[in-house]
Amino acid sequence: MHIAEGVLSGPVIAAGMAVAGAGTAIGLKQLDFDRIAQTGILSASFFVASLVHVPVGPSSVHLILNGIVGLMLGWAAFPAILVALVLQGILFGFGGITTLGVNTVIMAGPAVICHYLFGFMIPKKPPISLTAAFGCGALSVFFAAIFVGLALVFTQESFIEVSGAVVAANLPVMIIEGIITAFCVAFLKKVQPSLLPGYPG
Amino acid sequence: MIDEPFAAGNSPIHREDPRSRVILATLFSFVVALSQAFATLGAALIFALVLVIAARLDPKKLIKRLLPLWLFLILLWLVLPLTTTGTPLFRIGPLAGTREGIILCAQITLKSNAILLAFTAWVATMNFAKLGQTLDQLKVPEKIVYLLLLTYRYIFVIEAEYGRLLRAAKIRGFKPGTNLHTYKTYAYLLGMLFVQASARAQRVHQAMRCRGFQGKFYSLYRFEAKTADWIGAAVQLAIMALLIGIEWKINSPL
Repeated sequence: MHIAEGVLSGPVIAAGMAVAGAGTAIGLKQLDFDRIAQTGILSASFFVASLVHVPVGPSSVHLILNGIVGLMLGWAAFPAILVALVLQGILFGFGGITTLGVNTVIMAGPAVICHYLFGFMIPKKPPISLTAAFGCGALSVFFAAIFVGLALVFTQESFIEVSGAVVAANLPVMIIEGIITAFCVAFLKKVQPSLLPGYPG
Repeated sequence: MIDEPFAAGNSPIHREDPRSRVILATLFSFVVALSQAFATLGAALIFALVLVIAARLDPKKLIKRLLPLWLFLILLWLVLPLTTTGTPLFRIGPLAGTREGIILCAQITLKSNAILLAFTAWVATMNFAKLGQTLDQLKVPEKIVYLLLLTYRYIFVIEAEYGRLLRAAKIRGFKPGTNLHTYKTYAYLLGMLFVQASARAQRVHQAMRCRGFQGKFYSLYRFEAKTADWIGAAVQLAIMALLIGIEWKINSPL
């Protein structure tokens, strides 16, 4: 999910850069050089995962997976997503330099929020942990859509209908992301729980 | 799936100093994004087109890159004129299309096209290793630079790994559809991808340590700005100043 260049107003761009800068600074502080390779290669795998299209009826949606990024990386989600957005910008032409801050906040903000909302429930027994994982996947997309809407509305009030459409269009994505995050967490709990929060690394 | 369509090439833009290209792209993006006047935006779009021609970009690949943006813009043109309040110009049933809405759409269209074209010409024509070194030279925090270079280095490897996992699933009769089984399969596939990525990261980290990694990447690429680079940068900066000048004259805040 991203906002194209040339849409947002100066104050919104500046606010996005400030928040993204602060988040990235915290993320980098927690990221010592021993974790650079781990974070870089995981962020590459999230980048590839976000290109996966899953079928929904006659159409398909591509995954976002910022919920699971938040679970696995915590605050390091900010630098990881920032880097992924730079790659998307250069390889595909999505987003750009002025919107980099806002787009980072749109994706990484919900990732960190969901890390704190749901992370501590992941090591619990399956009914709780799977519900938490579903909530994490679904809400991280929902919050991202809300952030897109807020960025647009703060730019110009006439964007309110477009913002509503963004949130509505992402409702099916939310459910699919929730399901996939829940299954993915269940898988990781069995195979390599150290990737998830609350388990010794 | 992933490729760099514009990185290889031999044009005046490809030869330009990468540092000035990144700085110019950043400046241009902000100037255009913050401008309002049609004269500025039109001039900016023309400048961006000149850059695209100078960079000798493949038109087919360029249009492919612009398509998602154009689809988004079509959506805006359908919605915004009707939802913006202002002087009505035309009516469709109970809805009025306003002058203000059309002006907003036109501004966004010019801005987004100009910025994307210029960004493609200046920055997407650079390979990533060079971009990483350029950002390092421009004092971007080095952890960000390493993260960028490592992520870029491994997306192709991991994409191949995902392809292998998906092929294995398909050989075993996996047919994607709208059902829980499909989502479960994709989730397990991605989970496996993360597990493999993490194992690979461990091996890479150990290999880096064995080779003496102490938190610093060294680059063999030497940056040197030649006279032609200085002249080129000065001309492009002058055009940028002209854009700011036009905007200032038309929409002066004073």
